[in-house]
Amino acid sequence: MNWDWEWTREFSVELFTTGLKVTAQITVFGAIVAFIFGLLLALLRRSKILWVSTAARWFIQFVRSTPLLVQLFFLFYVLPTIPPNIKLSALTAGILGLGVHYACYTAEVYRAGIDGVPPGQFEAATALNLPQVRTWTSVILPQALRRSLPALGNVLVAIFKESPQLSIITVLDVIGTAQELGSERFRYLEPLTVAGLFFLVLAIPASIMIRRLERRLEY
Amino acid sequence: MATINPCSGDLPGTFGDAMPFICDGAVVTAQVTLGGAALAIVLAAVAGLASTSHAWLVRAVARVYMEFFRGASVLVQLFWIFYAMPAITGYRLSPIFAGVLTLGLNLGAYGSEVVRGAIQAVPVPQREAGIALNFSTYQRMRRIILPQAFVAMVPPGTSLLIELLKATSLVSAISVADMTYQANVTVSSIGNQFTIFGIVMVIYFLMAQVITMVMRVVERRAATMVGRETPKRRPPQMAWTDPAPTSAGGGGKS
Amino acid sequence: MNPAESAGPDTQWMIRFDKVVKRYGDLTVLDELDFHVRPRERVTLIGPSGSGKTTILRLLMTLERITSGTIEVGGEYLSHTRRGDKLVPADEKHLRRVRKRIGMVFQQFNLFPNMNVLRNITEAPVRALGRPRAEAEAKARELLDMVGLGEKALEHPTRLSGGQQQRVAIARALAMEPEILLLDEVTSALDPELVAGVQDLLRDIASRGELTILCVTHEMQFAQDISDRVLMFDKGQIVEDGPPEKIFTEPEEQRTRDFLQAILKA
Repeated sequence: MNWDWEWTREFSVELFTTGLKVTAQITVFGAIVAFIFGLLLALLRRSKILWVSTAARWFIQFVRSTPLLVQLFFLFYVLPTIPPNIKLSALTAGILGLGVHYACYTAEVYRAGIDGVPPGQFEAATALNLPQVRTWTSVILPQALRRSLPALGNVLVAIFKESPQLSIITVLDVIGTAQELGSERFRYLEPLTVAGLFFLVLAIPASIMIRRLERRLEY
Repeated sequence: MATINPCSGDLPGTFGDAMPFICDGAVVTAQVTLGGAALAIVLAAVAGLASTSHAWLVRAVARVYMEFFRGASVLVQLFWIFYAMPAITGYRLSPIFAGVLTLGLNLGAYGSEVVRGAIQAVPVPQREAGIALNFSTYQRMRRIILPQAFVAMVPPGTSLLIELLKATSLVSAISVADMTYQANVTVSSIGNQFTIFGIVMVIYFLMAQVITMVMRVVERRAATMVGRETPKRRPPQMAWTDPAPTSAGGGGKS
Repeated sequence: MNPAESAGPDTQWMIRFDKVVKRYGDLTVLDELDFHVRPRERVTLIGPSGSGKTTILRLLMTLERITSGTIEVGGEYLSHTRRGDKLVPADEKHLRRVRKRIGMVFQQFNLFPNMNVLRNITEAPVRALGRPRAEAEAKARELLDMVGLGEKALEHPTRLSGGQQQRVAIARALAMEPEILLLDEVTSALDPELVAGVQDLLRDIASRGELTILCVTHEMQFAQDISDRVLMFDKGQIVEDGPPEKIFTEPEEQRTRDFLQAILKA
């Protein structure tokens, strides 16, 4: 085995410009979808209307126990075939799929955060005669979000790490680009190793930092 | 009334065309899940125990394994092992072996965190009582700590097994003929994307339910062993939707 | 008053502390502590919390490491072995040999929740001493009868009351046939109505005079009943040492008087 350094230098440019840009896009927009839609799901789950909370719970369960990859196929290949025949680009379908998948994880994170707010807080808000919406926006959610922070960080890292699954529906992220580069020469060692290290180098320190944060928030 | 074989090619329409293939794929998915789970459990036990060792070198090796395999997703590791590693080792692994190996290594790393956390959650006085009764270090672990820690491993372990099941779909990317692969093949020949991907998702969902149910029995058994009563009936939600205090059980694989 | 001769193991004493220091970081819990206990002597350690009483028991049980000094048990170094002229920390094999002589009952019972009552008692004799299971079970049943829980053998420990759990824990410690029994505030986690049963049992065991007993307790009547010597501790040092009748009725030291008064008021 010998490592082709010249080629490595050459393709690294492409890997870390176009590929990296796509991976960053997926991570950022995927996380935005996951955080916002997840909050919506968490609130729907707490709805007093039975069918709403039941539907939310089943949706979360279903999405969490089926593979992201199949969900991506569904969004990318199925949506165009059924009315109203929405044709999404691979990147959009991927971001949406990744975001919705992890929204079902964030929903649980928020739920744990909300459950962690002491009941006295609700009672105090009622005693102060705060309207329901105000109670949630200025008393409950800020506390719940603070508690949820480390777990949300974990979800963000998970979205980043799982973003390569989009390469299977033809998105050219870091891994997709590496695959393509490899197939050009029928030699995958260099591009896949560099791409793999890229994920390790970012994800491992991020996880360690989140664990620190977790420990700090415990006290 | 005749029983209907859900895998029969005589079923009407798309079902008849697709189900025989999907069923073949489901068997492969189950096999890869079981193989990956077996390897993951062994690795989790070994690395989890090693990470509580007094010898720093043993601990460090376990730590490196855990961080390394949790640092990237199954797909990246799978691609590397299947496409890149042959350039180093000189031969290519069979796709199914590469799949089981990667899933085992990856989920085993998450699992060892569960094992470690559960061992550390056993109250210190239990260890001290073991010392006072003159058990050896090995006997303390085997007879006192592990049986108690096991109970705490089950709920986060269940979540990980479901993550493992889901991750098996990725082996389709290296052309293992699992359920996801078969779905793609069938779709490309007969179309009907909605029905076929829909059926496949439902089967994955049902498989996850089977895992949850089996693990709930394991959990109940384990809880009775340490004299804890578990509620016979839980609120109608899955065990893994209540994140365990360990981070491994919380926000999924992260 | 302790005729400590030249350094080195001495079989005249069951327990011997020689200049024992125990520190946790900056906090000195035991400060060059010397004391001796004769075989079959029953000693109660009293003193304000944080005075180091429990630490003494935990050091003897090898649950903590000594900072400096030496402890001997039955003429053997507890956690050191002699190598040439030097004392070096002992290995696990040595520790396990010395531990055979010592049993301990904890404040929180610490029964094993993954075993039934009988198993809690037999597991250590079978595994650690290599006794045949049948023999260990016969002995365990005998002990259970003695502690008045003969019919609870197959129960799960969590189904027992605190007092019953503690009596099982006592049986479990005795099953190992120790020469020394360490009692660490064994009744302070119990509901008041359950204290008497456990104390009666221990009085009975103590009165047989077979065991060397070291007991940490805040119950002065109990201390007086089971011990023939009381050590008053404060700040890691022995303040006063004497028979219970004397310490409890006419203590010499002001600190002992203050402590006893505070206890009686509570």
